[in-house]
Order: sequence, then C-alpha cells, then structure tokens
Amino acid sequence: MKYTLIIQSAPIDHQSSYTALRFARALLEGGHSIERLFFYGAGVHNSTSHSVAPQDELNLPDQWQQFVTEHSLDAVVCIAAAVRRGVINASESGRYGKSGNNLADGFDLSGLGQLVASAVESDRVVTFGAGV
Amino acid sequence: MKQFLVITSNAPYGTSQAREATDLALATALFEQKVSLLFQGDGVFQLLPDQNPAAIEQKNLSAMQQALPLYDVEDLFYCAESLQERGIESRTLALPAKALTRSEIASLIRQQDHVFHV
Repeated sequence: MKYTLIIQSAPIDHQSSYTALRFARALLEGGHSIERLFFYGAGVHNSTSHSVAPQDELNLPDQWQQFVTEHSLDAVVCIAAAVRRGVINASESGRYGKSGNNLADGFDLSGLGQLVASAVESDRVVTFGAGV
Repeated sequence: MKQFLVITSNAPYGTSQAREATDLALATALFEQKVSLLFQGDGVFQLLPDQNPAAIEQKNLSAMQQALPLYDVEDLFYCAESLQERGIESRTLALPAKALTRSEIASLIRQQDHVFHV
C-alpha cells in the first residue's frame, strides 16, 4: 500500500519522530511504498543539517537524512512552519537576508498542498506526534 | 475527491497546534477536497466566544476560524462530552459547530478516507 506519513514533533523532545522513522523503515521492509513524508509543526526540526548529538546517542535528523537519501524518498517540510522555526534553505536564507541555511539535503520546503496531494494519492495516512 | 477529517485537540493558545490544524483544514478545502473539522478534548476551548489574545500578543485564531465555512470546510463538529467536562455552555459557541457523542465521533471517523490529527 501507498503511505503518507506526517511527522509533527521535534527530535529530542518527543519519541514520536523516532517512532515515525522506525515505522517508515518497516513499511519499506514490508514491501509498502511511501508516497511522501511531510514534516509539519515542530516536526520541521527533524530536517536540520545542524544537529549534533553526543557520540553515544542517536542523531535523529541525520538518521532521517540518510533514510530519505538512501531510498530517494519525497520528503517535504512545511515552509510556513519551517521558516518560523529557523529551518531554512539557501533560497529562503537569501530571501529573508539571513546569514546561513540549515535544511539538510534531500528535503524540500513547500506548502500544505503537498500534504493534501500526497494524501489523495495514498491508501493510508499516518500521523505521528499529534496533540503533544 | 476524498473525504478528510481534521481533528484538533489543543486549546487555541499555548501551543501552535490549534492554528496548524486550522491552516490544514483550510488548505485541504482549498485543494478541492471534502473536509470537516472536529474539536475534541482541550480543542473545544477554541469554540469559546470573545477571545482576547491581544493581551498575550497573539493573533485571534477565532477570527481566522470564522472563514472556515466560507472556504467550504463542510462541517464543524465538537465532542459534546469534552464541552461538558470543561463546563462550556453550548449556547454561546463562537462557531456553528454541531455536537457529537463519542460513539457518533467513532462513526464519523469510519466515514473518512483520511484523518489528519494535528
């Protein structure tokens, strides 16, 4: 089946984005496909390239980035939620006159319409980190 | 066209979820899908009239939600038990939302193609 996953909570603060990653891996192992990963709300922090973890701890944004790249997945980060939280790519950085950018490779900034379009194409939509 | 339900379970201020649920309901309607919105748990606080978030330097979510019916967000529902548990009067709600019991909510969810729980 085709799945859309919505990830709404930040790494570190909540377990749910790690649960989402484990679920996503299990989907592919089980022969399902992922139409799109959509990072919304505080979930946008999973797409940063600037997270640093102690050596004996998991770096969840790096894990997401590797997973997305390895499987060439469509990973969209809500642009309105991201720019508010300081997760920006080079073009948004230029637009707003900021000095750097931190959106990891493999992620795209785009609008909520990308979530709706993906859900329309999917058999299942699974939300992680709701109401926390 | 698919049938969507957005569920919102947070109070209007204090976290960003209520605004994000509203944005998602509007976006779903804008992309010409059938969409309704359910207020449950603390989400029913979004239905309180006369909100004054200027006092905490926030935008008025309730004012933005008045646009929901204009954007064809088909039906607005709230959990009657959630309202009662929080001592809110159903006569004075800020939006034209319909009361549902928890078992009616279960059947509403069964009717959907997809549920977005923000």
